[in-house]
Amino acid sequence: MIEPAAHHLAAGRSGRVSGNGVPVSGRSRSAGTKDLKDFEQIIVENDLSAAKKPEEVILRELAEHGYGENAAFAIKLALEEAITNAFRHGNKCDPSKHIRVRFRVTAEKVEIEVSDEGEGFCPEEVPDPTQPGYIDRPHGRGIMLMRAYLDEVVYNGLGNSVRMVKVRQMK
Amino acid sequence: MAEQATRLKVSDLGGVSLVEFSDRKILDELCIHEIQEELGKIVEKGSVGNLLLSFKNVEHLSSAALGMLITLKKKVEEKKGRLKLSDINPQIFEVFKITRLNKIFDIHPSQEKARASFQEA
Repeated sequence: MIEPAAHHLAAGRSGRVSGNGVPVSGRSRSAGTKDLKDFEQIIVENDLSAAKKPEEVILRELAEHGYGENAAFAIKLALEEAITNAFRHGNKCDPSKHIRVRFRVTAEKVEIEVSDEGEGFCPEEVPDPTQPGYIDRPHGRGIMLMRAYLDEVVYNGLGNSVRMVKVRQMK
Repeated sequence: MAEQATRLKVSDLGGVSLVEFSDRKILDELCIHEIQEELGKIVEKGSVGNLLLSFKNVEHLSSAALGMLITLKKKVEEKKGRLKLSDINPQIFEVFKITRLNKIFDIHPSQEKARASFQEA
């Protein structure tokens, strides 16, 4: 379960403040691993409008770090897919649940982790949407697009959290 | 005469309905649901059922938008019409290529070329 944001977040470094309790952003103190210690965190209610907040913040950081249009396109698309999956398939559109987005943008790469409060799934069981029999189905392309545009897309064991990495393309 | 819907601009080209998106981003489900509803109405009331979707203003789209297009294609074909897409920018065309939907949809570089192709058998 994603803990209530205010319980484990330090103040945001750029004054991002919660509205009605969520979204909340700031440096995470509770991230369990050393690897996550520099990550910022935003927790939003399970609502697609609220979920625009992390996207705005991450894209702003990309621009601040001088990432180009192609990287922004890739991150925007992948984030949209991951958050939609968290909202619909993970949290089953339940407004009492939350989506947590952790991220770190550096000059070298963008790392994002999107987690929901669902039961998880097995990504290997999602059929290839380009295969005959699936190509004309209206669903099932999100993970494929995430994998196509990012360098790393890894789900946790349960399947309710996805880590995504986009490495900067050097000119 | 052009008809202004909430999220779409629709023009009658004589046997073909030209639909242009008002949104530059066709990403989130709410927006896509509204577009789908409007497109459904256009197909329902169209006597011929031929539809040309111009992506001239569109800068982003998601997998949910692709799903909406697949559903629309089926609806148009049920009415014995044809659906064509045009003016897709290179970044978005890449999304079609990755998902191989460029093989499923009839995609033209410009409105003019798409319109001309409706005249062909």
